[in-house]
Amino acid sequence: MQEVPAEDRREDLDPVAAGESPRDARSAPPAPPVPEVRDRGPHAVADPSTLEAPAKILVRGLDFWYGDRQVLFGNDLEVAERRVTAIIGPSGCGKSTHIRVYNRMFELYRDQRASGTVLLDGENLLDPEMDLIDLRRRVGMIFQRPTPFPMSVFDNVAYGLRLHYRISRSQLEERVESALRGAALWDEVNDKLDEPGTALSGGQQQRLCIARAIAVEPEVLLMDEPTSAVDPVATAKLEELVDTLKDQYTIVIVTHNMQQAARISDFTAFFYKGYVVEFGPTERIFTNPSERQTEDYITGRFG
Amino acid sequence: MSTRPGRLGSKRWPDVLFRAAAVTCAALICLLMAGFFVELARNAWPSIRAFGFGFLTTSTWNPVTRTFGALSSIYGTLLSTLLALLIAVPLSLATALFLVKLAPPGLAKWVRQGVELLAAIPSIIFGMWGLFVFAPYMADHVQPFLQKVLGFLPFFRGPTMGIGIFTSGVILALMVIPFITAVMRDVFTMTPPVLEEAAYGMGATTWEVVRNVTIPYGVRGLAGGVFLGLGRAIGETMAVTFVIGNNHQLSASLFAAGNSIASTLANEFTEASEPLYRSSLIELGLILLAMTFLIQVAAHLWLNRLGRASGRTA
Ligand SMILES: Nc1ncnc2c1ncn2[C@@H]1O[C@H](COP(=O)(O)OP(=O)(O)OP(=O)(O)O)[C@@H](O)[C@H]1O
Ligand SMILES: [Mg+2]
Repeated sequence: MQEVPAEDRREDLDPVAAGESPRDARSAPPAPPVPEVRDRGPHAVADPSTLEAPAKILVRGLDFWYGDRQVLFGNDLEVAERRVTAIIGPSGCGKSTHIRVYNRMFELYRDQRASGTVLLDGENLLDPEMDLIDLRRRVGMIFQRPTPFPMSVFDNVAYGLRLHYRISRSQLEERVESALRGAALWDEVNDKLDEPGTALSGGQQQRLCIARAIAVEPEVLLMDEPTSAVDPVATAKLEELVDTLKDQYTIVIVTHNMQQAARISDFTAFFYKGYVVEFGPTERIFTNPSERQTEDYITGRFG
Repeated sequence: MSTRPGRLGSKRWPDVLFRAAAVTCAALICLLMAGFFVELARNAWPSIRAFGFGFLTTSTWNPVTRTFGALSSIYGTLLSTLLALLIAVPLSLATALFLVKLAPPGLAKWVRQGVELLAAIPSIIFGMWGLFVFAPYMADHVQPFLQKVLGFLPFFRGPTMGIGIFTSGVILALMVIPFITAVMRDVFTMTPPVLEEAAYGMGATTWEVVRNVTIPYGVRGLAGGVFLGLGRAIGETMAVTFVIGNNHQLSASLFAAGNSIASTLANEFTEASEPLYRSSLIELGLILLAMTFLIQVAAHLWLNRLGRASGRTA
């Protein structure tokens, strides 16, 4: 997929908005404060270098509250660039809550609050100075149920492009096609571009959402149980897709399916009751977990 | 018709009884509706025979010469209703969005109750308030202002008397806002949060989410709210009779006094002792019923098409 030339960015083309528009804030990113690395207890990896790849997202001491109720406790995690990181754990342990911090989705709700440090390329994304709209372009999200917008297949994929860039119709068509190809959906829908997105099958809708997310060339893709609402064949296709996508994108995937985590991820984090109990290379987590709770969970003894 | 097991196929007696009751009620409603049409048409027959199609296209209304034409009443009905919707729909949409998406819960509760209170005001109060308070205000302030700004348009010419089609449109708007708002609010509350989250997740602002996702997703329900308001506005009688001016004349100016079908009926029915006069009034009633009926049918067809186009399966 080709890089969008800088002058195509909407904020660069719109002199009126310059300096005021929230979309403009990325032109002068404030120097990120380097956080103090807190003592992280015995569980998580000792050092980001264990990732054998640069950390795209570095989480330190992340706490989270729904109102007065704390559900995440001092989460530390490193998400390796262009790798698949799986988050597993029993229901209600805070997996969704955790990844919804990465694109600050929780801020839509009045009573939800996060504190701690989450560095995206060294910049604290919880910093109020961070440009939220650009953050969400850089960090895309796929949900448990497909979420096609009430518009055509084409417009669904073009949605983010129209939001963030000013590009000509022909460029738009080109990029919609390449996004659909990237999501392994082009061959199935190239004659249905004008049909409503909701007319596709569930698995196709989920890939449509992936196409919509990758169309804006994000850096990170968050997937919250993306295959739990589709059939096994569609699941296999989605897993295959995740495997190809990791060449270009950093992927964080929440899953209840242990085999899935083992198949597609490079790193796995095991969450339990709001704590990151264990984190490391997937192979080690599944063959030689160092925590008792992890072992119990992956061998199916609870959860 | 679906053939779910245990539903209409079941032969156990409570089911049979229930089914009979349901069918009877549905049939009764259809019969009642048909009865209205037949009875009105029967009583309107002398007028239909006397004036034929011309009844719809002339606006002379003269009980002395016994010449009757419905055009000004139809025109006034449609125009005041249209005006009411033009004012009420955007306001209701904005209010509903404010209540669901923007207002803090405490404030939303108060605003919602305020709007609902508006629905509880009897229409005669709207009429009296409209005549004694609102119309003079319109005459002194609003209409002169509109005339100054938009006076080059024929709609805003003529003397500013306060009463007239314009004022009744505004009063009607106030009367239907609570109903449209309530429906729209429900529609917005029912939008799946995850769909909106997906749009926010793409980097859309609240306004963009509302415009591109929330409204298109709920468009059928929203349109349903609009038609509910339309149905109420088109037949509203008391308030309109007070402020519309009750004049059988056709004028391009919204400030001119006019009439509506409902206001004509309310005003003149008691004096119509002469058979043709009376029959003409009944034909007006028939027209009103047919209009509401046709609008509902058209709305239904249009909504179905809309549903298919936006990909929502009902
Ligand atoms: N909107 C909310 N308001 C209050 N509490 C919430 C909310 N959402 C989640 N929680 C609570 O926060 C905790 C973590 O929930 P979360 O949804 O993150 O778990 P999860 O690991 O994603 O679970 P699952 O596997 O079932 O999706 C749970 O105890 C849950 O009850
Ligand atoms: Mg979850």
